[in-house]
Formats: sequence, structure tokens, C-alpha cells
Amino acid sequence: MGVRRLRALIKKEALQIMRDPSTILISVVLPLFLMFLYGYGVSLDLNHLRIGLVLEDSSPEATSFAASLYGSPYFDVKTVLDKRELLYDIQSGAIRGFVEVPFYFTQFRHRPTKIAPIQVIGDGSEPNTATFVQNYVSGAFQNWLKHQSISYNLKGVDRVSSQTRFWYNEELESRNFLLPGSLAIIMTLIGTLLTALVVSREWERGTMEALISTTLTRAELIIGKLVPYFFLGLLSMFLCFIATVMVFGVPFRGSIWLLALVSAVFLFCALGLGFMISTLAKNQVVSYQISIVTGFLPAYILSGFLFEIYSMPLWIQLLTYVMPARYFVQCLQTLFLVGNVWSLIFFNMIPLCIVGIIFFLIAVKKTVKRLD
Amino acid sequence: MRRTLFLIWKELLQALRDPKTRVSLLLPPIIQLFIFTFAATLDVKNVPIAVLNRDFGEKGFELVQRFRGTPYFSRMIYLHSVDEIAKTVDKQKAVMVIFIDEDFSRKLDAKEPATVQLILDGRKSNTAQILAGYANSILQQFNDDYVAKAHLKQQNTRLFPYNWYNPNLLYYWYNIPSLVATLSMLICLVVTTNSVARERELGTFDQLLVSPLSPLEIVIGKIVPGVIIGTLEGLLLLVVGVFIFKVPFNGSFPLFILSLLIFICANGGLGLFISSLSATQQQAMLGTFVVMVPAVLLSGFATPIENMPIWLQPVTYLITLKYMLVISKGIFLKDINASIVFHNLWPLALIAIFTLISAGLLFRRRLE
Repeated sequence: MGVRRLRALIKKEALQIMRDPSTILISVVLPLFLMFLYGYGVSLDLNHLRIGLVLEDSSPEATSFAASLYGSPYFDVKTVLDKRELLYDIQSGAIRGFVEVPFYFTQFRHRPTKIAPIQVIGDGSEPNTATFVQNYVSGAFQNWLKHQSISYNLKGVDRVSSQTRFWYNEELESRNFLLPGSLAIIMTLIGTLLTALVVSREWERGTMEALISTTLTRAELIIGKLVPYFFLGLLSMFLCFIATVMVFGVPFRGSIWLLALVSAVFLFCALGLGFMISTLAKNQVVSYQISIVTGFLPAYILSGFLFEIYSMPLWIQLLTYVMPARYFVQCLQTLFLVGNVWSLIFFNMIPLCIVGIIFFLIAVKKTVKRLD
Repeated sequence: MRRTLFLIWKELLQALRDPKTRVSLLLPPIIQLFIFTFAATLDVKNVPIAVLNRDFGEKGFELVQRFRGTPYFSRMIYLHSVDEIAKTVDKQKAVMVIFIDEDFSRKLDAKEPATVQLILDGRKSNTAQILAGYANSILQQFNDDYVAKAHLKQQNTRLFPYNWYNPNLLYYWYNIPSLVATLSMLICLVVTTNSVARERELGTFDQLLVSPLSPLEIVIGKIVPGVIIGTLEGLLLLVVGVFIFKVPFNGSFPLFILSLLIFICANGGLGLFISSLSATQQQAMLGTFVVMVPAVLLSGFATPIENMPIWLQPVTYLITLKYMLVISKGIFLKDINASIVFHNLWPLALIAIFTLISAGLLFRRRLE
């Protein structure tokens, strides 16, 4: 391997990248744009649940329960006297569920043999939101019960209760784990999509053939092509990291050097995948499609960034083990919110390295220095 | 009229001629439907949890057994000391740790209130909150049974949770109607954005412009293949969803077809608009990407629109998928009436008209 030859090639590639405006677009503008989208547009924090309240009973007890819903910061309550008034709202999605206090509520509450019911109806067409409607109403209800027992001196009817602690993310801001996870998606974008598109364009234009006809070896060719993109990827990782911590205020509790190391290893995988795709497809449209399907979508869906891997069926869980993003997302979430958990990071880096090496071996094997 | 038909036929042939392209149009949506349906779920189940039970009494043991007997948790790790809690959570061996202190049974036997600590991994705040909800309902049940057994004063006010339209909150009932809309949109975008940009790169688009075809005819010729492919794809996914996944289809089918057609036209217009703005295929693809990602993220598919900051919410009015998601889920699950459908349909029609006209105008201008 000739160091001089390699250096010359890297220099040429770097110059070419810097001259192409679309590169700057993909490596600086697009990541920050995506960061912005993930930071503001994607949130699992339901702070403004719009619900309805059917209050058929106007006794002080029913009213005090209603007041506990009004007082909760989670709800925007629309109160009506008749359930039929809410039908249009729940059909059109203007409310996500409603609570129904029947007219006999107070009457039954004071008869030990009867059960005083409050019905909570969630809109099942949004299952996650429906779960939260149920959980939040239940929380407000338990609080109300406690207050009632104190003010009526009923002395704690609830004997067993829980004390809940959320570690690492006490405020339960979904942004704190979604943004670190989204860094994996952005890195995939640069590593895989950009490389696949650019290299397959070279195949289409025939400039790759010109390089093949030189004395460069296959390994030199690949390294020369990828080194500039590697640094470009690290650069946009750094930009996004700054944005995550400075603009969005996500805590960073790990070591920045460890983050750099993990990112470098992941980038190696993503670049390998991108290069492999472009050598196999040699066509921009097909490369784009393949990198979206094998790079972007898995990073989004199968990485555990938003959707929990445990909840997936077994065959998909097995599939996630070959997705580099899965390991990267775990490292990112841990480095940002917990700190340097060495063993976790170490065990996630080994598969990353293996997957990366496999991609590269395939790419090298398929880059035949010969024209078909 | 005949001229336009010929152009449409030529465009359709061109879109479907290449076997690689044919495969890339048909296969990914089907694979995506399957993978998304199963994987893109905010359901919480099979989660590993841990328990530290320092109580040696019968009550503590009984409580642990109750946690073991639910489908939400896959396995239970038994811890032996308080230090192990941090290690278990740090390494993500368990998402929740239940900590029962040593006086739990003693307190309950003495008819005093007792507490159980739940420690959750906030790295996954959505999962953690749902798990806390499960744990609390298990504790509530335990509490009610204990109170009944001990003949203490019983709480007779109860909540009865129930969910309309999807009583068991099956996540794929939500995913499939949403995916029918999303995937047919993506296909239509891919077909239409590539159509003009490729011809422009090859130089054949200029030939089309100097032919006797009017811009309107060119727009129609370019958009119809995308609309046909997108709509057929949507119908195929609908059939798979209803007959293979058995998602209920409660609403009106004609209303659904009409909405799908207008929705696809709006996206075809969008694709053509991007295509007419870009000089090369690469630009067109990046353009699609830049439009597609926000279209999916801000549509309410991944996370609800009402969670976004108030200032961002108006941006979603421009997103075609947002309207179609309401219609699709509504017709599938809620059997919504025509007035709600039309309420979401006119913005789509407006977007379609606007993008198609601008694309037509841009074709002309580009030649100069």
C-alpha cells in the first residue's frame, strides 16, 4: 500500500467533496434540519391531553372530582351534561377520550353495598394516547380519593401504595432520549445514503472506471474514497452533538472521547454499508432505494430509538441484531443520560465492529478491478 | 385527448419497463407493511423486570407472584442487595425494579399502610410510564384483595376503563390504516419525482416540451402513472390489512377510494413540483427525502400532533399525510361520517390543485 498514492487520492476526494454543494447540504444543513424536526416534532410527552367530561351528577363530591381533572396540568377538559354532545368530537379526534360520571354516582357512593362507577373511555384508534388517558385519569382519580379520605377522615383506604422513581430522566422528557437516538439516524444518513449516492454516481458517470485503470489497489481505492466521508460524518456528528446539548438542553453525562470513539466505530459500519450498496447497485435510483430500506428505515424503526425492541415479535428482534443502529442507539442513550457504563458500551461495540468488517469485506470483494 | 392517453401509456411503460424498478416498486411496500406493522409499536410487553424483596413475610411473596403472573413482563431477575439495583438498571438488564422493604408484611399485618418502591429506567420514558401504569394496577388489585380479606373499610368508588374503536388497544389496528396511507404516498412520490428529473438529465424532456402537447397534457401524462401505481398499492395494502391482518374496516369503501385518490393526486402534484424544480436525479431524490421525512414525522403517525409545541402545529396543515391519517383511521376503525371526511379532504384537494398548476408553470419557465 503506497502511502503517497493514498494521500494523493484522499486529497483529491476531499477537494471534490468540498466543491460539490450537495455535500455541504447533506452533511451540514440536512442533519441540523433533521435535528430540529426530531427535537420539536417528535415528542411522546402528552402535556395537553384533550378529554371530555360527562358530568351527569352535580353533587359536591362529583364536582370536586371534576375539579381534580381541571386542576391537573395534563388535561384540557371539555365538560358537557350529555354524552351525545361528545360523539362528534371523539370521532373527529378533537378529544382523545372522555370520563363519565353517572347521575347516581353520589347516591351509590354512600351505600356500602353498591359500587359507584366512573367510566373512562379512551379513543382506541390511538392506542398509545389511550393508554395515557387511562393512566393519567387513574392518577388524578387516586389523588382525589386520597384527598377525600383525608377530608372526610376516612383514614387511608389505600393500604398498599407505590412510590415511583424515574432514574436518569426525572422530568420524563421524551426529548432527552429521542434526540440522542436520532443522532444514530442522522449518522446513518450521512454514512450510508451520502456514500451510496455519490459512489454510484461515479459508477454511472464512468469516473470510477478511470480510477480503476490506475495503479491503485482495491483497498487503497476504498480507503481513499471513504476517509473524507468519515471526517465529514464526524464533523456533522459534532455539530449535532452541540445542538443537542446547547440548543435542546439534553444532559450529557458521559465522556466526550468515548462518544467520539463509539461514533467513529458506527460511522465505519455505515460507510461500509453505503459503499457496499453502491458497488452492488451501480445506479443512483436503486442505491437510494436500497439505502433507505436497509439503512434509514431500520435505524428509525428497528433501533429501539422510538419503538421498544422487547415488544417486537421474536423474528424481528433477531433481525435487529444485525442492525448497527441498534447498538449505537443504546450507547448514545446511555452516554447522554447515564454516563460511562463501560461494560454496556463495550458489549455494544463488539457487534458493531463485526458488522462493519463484514460490510467492508463484501464491498472489497465486489469491487472488481475489471470492467464487465 | 388521444394524445394525452398516448403520453400516459408511454409514461406507464417507462415507469414499469425496467425489471429492477418494478421489483423496487412492489417489494419494499409489502416488506415495510409487515415489518412496520409488527415492529413500529409503542406497545409494552415482554419487558424484563427485577425485584428486590427484603420482606420475608407472606404478603411480600404474594405480591411478587402477582407480578410474575402477567404477560407484560418476560422474566424476573431476583436481586439480593440494594447496590444491585443501580447495576441492573444501568446495564439495561431490567427496565423496572420493584423494591419491597423488610417491614412490608409486618405493616400490613398490623393494618398499617405500606409502600412499594418502583424504580424505572427514564432512558425510555414512554415505556417506563406505561410500566408504572401496569405496576400500579397490579398493586391496586393487590390492595383491593387485601382490604377485602382483612375486612377493612372498602373503597366503593371505582374507575372502569374502556376503549372505543379498538377495545384491546391492538397497536397494529392503528399501524395498518396509517401505513396504507403512508406507503402509498411514498410510492407515488418516488414514481413522480423521478419522472421529470430523469428525462431532464437525459435531455428527452426538452423534446416533450417542443411537441404539440400543452403543459396541462404533460402534467397529466406525468402524474397519472404515479397516481395509478400509488392507488393500486394503497388498495393492495388495504386488502392485505383487512384479509391477512384482519383489521376491521367499518366505514364506507367508496368514501375511502375517493379520499385515497385525492390524497395520491396531492402527493403526485408534490412529487412533480419537486421534480420540476430539480435539474438532476440526485437533486430530485434529495428533494423527495427532504419532503418525505417531515411529512412522516409531523403527520401524527410517529407521535401525536398535539404533543408538538404550539408554534409548530400550524406547519402540519401543509402536510398531506396528516389529513389522510385522520380519514384512513377514521374510516377503518371509527366509521366516521362524510362530513368529517370532507372536512379533511378539501385541504388535500387544494394542495393538489396548487402543486399541479405550479409544476405546469415551472415546466415552461425552465426551458427559457
